[in-house]
Amino acid sequence: MKIARAKIYFLLALLVSFAVWYWIPMDQYVREIILTIGINIILAVSLNLVNGHTGQFSIGHAGFMAIGAYLSAWLTTVAVPAWWPNLDISDGSLTGTLVFLGAMLAGALLAALAGLAIGIPTLRLRGDYLAIATLGFGEIIRVVIQNTDVVGGSRGFSVNNGYTTIFWTFLFAAVTIYVVANLVNSAYGRGFVAVRDDEVAAESIGVNTTKYKVIAFVLAAFFAGIAGGLYAHFKQYLHPDGFNFLKSIEVVVMVILGGMGSTFGVIAAAVVLSLLPEALRFIPQAYERLFGLQLPHLIDDLLKNRMLIYSILLIILMLTRPQGLFGGMSGRPALLFKKKTPRADGLAS
Amino acid sequence: MDSLLELRDCTMQFGGLTALSKLSLQIGPRDLVGLIGPNGAGKTTVFNIITGIYEPTSGTIQFNGQSLVGRKASAIAARGVARTFQNIRLFASLTVYDNVRAAFTMHLKHGIAHALWRGGSFRKEEDEIRDQVLDILKIFRLEELRDVECKSLSYGDQRRLEIVRALATRPKLLLLDEPAAGMNPREKEELMELIQFVKEKYQIAVLLVEHDMKVVMGICMRVSVLDYGVKIAEGTPAEVRTNPEVIEAYLGQETPAA
Amino acid sequence: MDQFLQQLINGLSLGSIYALIALGYTMVYGVLRFINFAHGDVFMLGAYVGLYSGRYLSGKLQAEPSVLLAVSVLAISMTVCAIVGVVIERLAYAPLRSRPRLTVLITAIGVSLFLEYGGQQFFGAGPHFFEPILPSYEMHTGALRVTSNQLVVLSVTVVLLISLTFIVLKTKMGTAMRALSFNPTAASLMGINNNVVISFTFGLGSALAAAAGILWAINYPSINPLMGLLPGIKAFVAAVLGGIGNIPGAALGGLILGVTETLVVGYSDRLHIPPSYRDAVAFVVLIVILLFKPSGLLGKSSSEKV
Repeated sequence: MKIARAKIYFLLALLVSFAVWYWIPMDQYVREIILTIGINIILAVSLNLVNGHTGQFSIGHAGFMAIGAYLSAWLTTVAVPAWWPNLDISDGSLTGTLVFLGAMLAGALLAALAGLAIGIPTLRLRGDYLAIATLGFGEIIRVVIQNTDVVGGSRGFSVNNGYTTIFWTFLFAAVTIYVVANLVNSAYGRGFVAVRDDEVAAESIGVNTTKYKVIAFVLAAFFAGIAGGLYAHFKQYLHPDGFNFLKSIEVVVMVILGGMGSTFGVIAAAVVLSLLPEALRFIPQAYERLFGLQLPHLIDDLLKNRMLIYSILLIILMLTRPQGLFGGMSGRPALLFKKKTPRADGLAS
Repeated sequence: MDSLLELRDCTMQFGGLTALSKLSLQIGPRDLVGLIGPNGAGKTTVFNIITGIYEPTSGTIQFNGQSLVGRKASAIAARGVARTFQNIRLFASLTVYDNVRAAFTMHLKHGIAHALWRGGSFRKEEDEIRDQVLDILKIFRLEELRDVECKSLSYGDQRRLEIVRALATRPKLLLLDEPAAGMNPREKEELMELIQFVKEKYQIAVLLVEHDMKVVMGICMRVSVLDYGVKIAEGTPAEVRTNPEVIEAYLGQETPAA
Repeated sequence: MDQFLQQLINGLSLGSIYALIALGYTMVYGVLRFINFAHGDVFMLGAYVGLYSGRYLSGKLQAEPSVLLAVSVLAISMTVCAIVGVVIERLAYAPLRSRPRLTVLITAIGVSLFLEYGGQQFFGAGPHFFEPILPSYEMHTGALRVTSNQLVVLSVTVVLLISLTFIVLKTKMGTAMRALSFNPTAASLMGINNNVVISFTFGLGSALAAAAGILWAINYPSINPLMGLLPGIKAFVAAVLGGIGNIPGAALGGLILGVTETLVVGYSDRLHIPPSYRDAVAFVVLIVILLFKPSGLLGKSSSEKV
């Protein structure tokens, strides 16, 4: 039964984290990849609630991540040391961990609040307009941060302590998955899918479409804020340019690749796309080892251009398999793409 | 008779087009009323202003003594007005079971917090809902199809499912928009039985828009006739059928199937 | 007062460029009901084609910056980008015409990224210097300062707008475009070859974007492959402001946006808004429009039939 599936994900996530922690030799490089995967999972699963399950195309997710990142970073690096200068909040200390968690929560809550403020007016819009509006808000957030000196603005912001650990990251990832999957599969959660499939019909059975859209949006923003907080205390350096439209697109690509509305699919896509840069880096080496030759410089260069690869991936995906890898298997998000609409040029299809 | 639904002088204008003109209508809590008229007469518009998809340009709509005008469609549905659509609007990616289950969100005692927490009382409510969904599916002979994706259903089954979904909201008034469209005579017979069964079992009022005169004359207590947004006749099926204005409105169209 | 006039001139010059780009957005939306995310990057391409053709021509012909050189570069760039626009449409958008708009929206994002990062690959990350193709000088009247480049922008825009109006209102193709924007099915039943009209629309829009790119590069000679991002989004806002799908609206929207942006920056101390918020102006305008009048200044709203 579907309700049990969320529990399975949760246990799986815990198991995977344990296995990873136990068996994989933890050098810096591997650790960074794993943390990136965890954070991307949180971003992808949360965005999927809005874009996939509820069918609202939002492309400003990075803005919420930024809010979570910057607020939590400011709290741990500027505010708390200023308010309680004698407090030991170093990495690994109990108080440090508590402050970290508190800061993360604060960041996530502010992000959720922003989600509410932005969602209520914006979610009235449809399709293209909604996308552009969310894009616009994402950029506004970025510009505001860029102009906020307290957090470094365009100079960047250094974060004191790297509290983020694999444990915390995967714990929050598991929580995100659990919350989203559970919510959507409950009777209450069927409302989200109803909104996606047919808003007019949903309203006719008493589903307040605006309320559902806003709830999805706010929840997604909350978890994006969590991801931001984890990110801030992992990379320990923040810059507004890292939270621009392109970052939002990266998350959108994960959701599309995985299959909008498929929780399992977007998790898989998040993993794949987190590993992609490494894989791309690996190809020239593998080629050399296999054939004893160096890849033509042009191809080597191309492979390093991650966004170029993404763009080609997106185009090919849309032309050949728009429902993503897992769309249409678990969950039935393929609807968003399989439905034939009257051809835009008026000709019979 | 205390009316359940009362429209008074409702006018609906879309820019320069007047779809409805000073329409008044009354439906009692146990009525089965038909709404007929040539194509484009404004019948679906009537449904749309009742259910809140459009707001009437002027006029009042009272349901159970409270005004519906200006309310959100979902709020109106929550008050007990359910409907089906001319072009079937099911939740295509959901199964039969889930389509009906979605209709129960309105009456949930638990909100989002419980969906997340999944405590004992949450599970109990989910089980109750499950039972209720299966019950209603059984009554309408859709239980066997419950895990089928509704887009694979036959046309007749889809129509039935849409009605079942509407009923699952426990309405006091059910609006059916051309439910017999595309059905063969046998299916229409079953539909007529279904509608009367629904009305009796659930003790609700039904407002029916329909082109097929056999269906309308067969089950409706009263019929209102619309033409170009104006009510031109009202009465029992027999009265309306012989009304010269009604006949004239249909002139030039296919003679109503007797 | 003088400052206001100065800002106005600057704003109109900037707004003209936005207008030219916005026209492409609005024409494509009118005909296909789809926002071509990649349009801003055609603007960038126009600038680069201009750069290379300018270099080539002035090198080959030993030519000094001159009107002839500028016009040639403009013509070449507009032609090349028109072709690119048509190719993109045929390859990436046309196959998806029966799909929900979400699919083609995502594809457009993909094409946009492809042009940007492909551009980085091909041209180098930049910035690159756009060598002058036109002699320039300043003029002063009183306290006002107008550059010849600004006049060029204004005059070229006017010429292009008049040509566009002529095409749309007086030619068969233009009428076909308008017919398509009202009702594609009826248009094809009237004997219009929708594919040809759509290709033409893309080509026309891309040519205008290319012109905008050249005009921009003349005024701001530092170009890079990502330069189309912000002006592209702002031009889109301009199109929405004027009423998406409405051609005069796009021109009007562009001018209004350009002037607003310039005034906000120009009076930043008076308004207590730091000039670094300049980019946010467009987004704020966008949000306001979408919330209060999504159909734009000159557009009309449409609703779904239930």
